[in-house]
Amino acid sequence: MQSFRSLLYRFSTMTTLPSSAPDSTVTKKPTRDVLLVSIWRGEADEGDFEAHSVPAHDNQTVLDVVSWVQQHADPTLSYRFACRVGMCGSCAMMVNGEPRWTCRTHVSKVADDGALTVAPLRNLPVIKDLVVDMDPFFDKWVAAQAVHHPSHSRADPMQPVSTQTPERISANEAIECINCAVCYAACDTVANQPDYLGPAALNRAWALINDEKDAARQEILDAVSGTGGCHNCHSQGGCAHYCPNELNPMASVAGLKRATAMRFFKGR
Amino acid sequence: MLTLRLYMLQRLSALVMVPLVIGHIAVMIYAVQGGLTAEEILARTKGSLAWAAFYGCFVLAAALHASIGLRTVVAETFGWTSKGLDIFSLAVGLFLSVLGLTAVTAVTL
Ligand code: SF4
Ligand code: SF4
Ligand code: FES
Repeated sequence: MQSFRSLLYRFSTMTTLPSSAPDSTVTKKPTRDVLLVSIWRGEADEGDFEAHSVPAHDNQTVLDVVSWVQQHADPTLSYRFACRVGMCGSCAMMVNGEPRWTCRTHVSKVADDGALTVAPLRNLPVIKDLVVDMDPFFDKWVAAQAVHHPSHSRADPMQPVSTQTPERISANEAIECINCAVCYAACDTVANQPDYLGPAALNRAWALINDEKDAARQEILDAVSGTGGCHNCHSQGGCAHYCPNELNPMASVAGLKRATAMRFFKGR
Repeated sequence: MLTLRLYMLQRLSALVMVPLVIGHIAVMIYAVQGGLTAEEILARTKGSLAWAAFYGCFVLAAALHASIGLRTVVAETFGWTSKGLDIFSLAVGLFLSVLGLTAVTAVTL
């Protein structure tokens, strides 16, 4: 239910009307101090974009805009965030059709003539409004064996790890993933082949393949060689283009292809 | 949809085709330069085990390569999975093999 305050707000300002409202009632032309924001409301198959006018500021992130709508216009709006500094990976949404971490995406960089369209992340089931179900995303991490397999116990002495080996350098390049699913939303292969494990899970699998502390590297290679495995990647690089942490999951997937091919020639 | 085995088959078939395509183009250019007629070409290919092997390999590699490639296209365009997809890939592979091998036998036998 919308609060009385938000209804009053809508009514008094005439700025938050459904997108289907007649043109004459909505100020279409963006002005310098107002952003025209369209936000998805509802579930995946049932819902619509809702239009809001949001005060524009010099320094403003997309998450600020969504929060403003939730705090001042419509408290029933559901969305996720936690850290607001690009660490937790919970705030990703589609902004003007492209996946973004909204807490660190400046409006000025992505607004189209003062207009923003904010929608739930692509390739994942929508729970409500801007909130998607992340289960399929993380289930695929498990399916790819992209989980640490301990090779030592706490009773063992600490294992020294050189930072200079090529393997460690590859692992480090892939490791700063914040699980935001931006790459997963950007991946057309995930869109067209729902069982494809996707760039994030495969990127982590590659980091573990290169981690000398992981005890199940052959199992990881098995896990990424099945029907939804790394060999389905088209190497077009949408994942690398959009990853907010500037990781290159495409290169990681290519690494997995190489490693599985080498193993194939060795007859394993 | 593409497993490691299918991926390797597609890459290896491509690898087989590389020298065969180059050989094919080279021979075509040579034949055209010399102004060979169809009869003269057939006179050279008929009964030749070497040409039968050359184009036989070419046809089989191309059929394998194309059927796996089309498998991906069909799976991603129409959302086909498992059984239907396997039957489709096999049918395309067999069709192309029969078509190609018919041509190969026609000019070499
Ligand atoms: S490069 Fe591969 S993993 Fe990355 S977006 Fe493209 S298909 Fe997906
Ligand atoms: S690889 Fe990049 S885009 Fe993908 S989940 Fe990790 S941080 Fe996000
Ligand atoms: S809110 Fe944590 S990454 Fe955006």
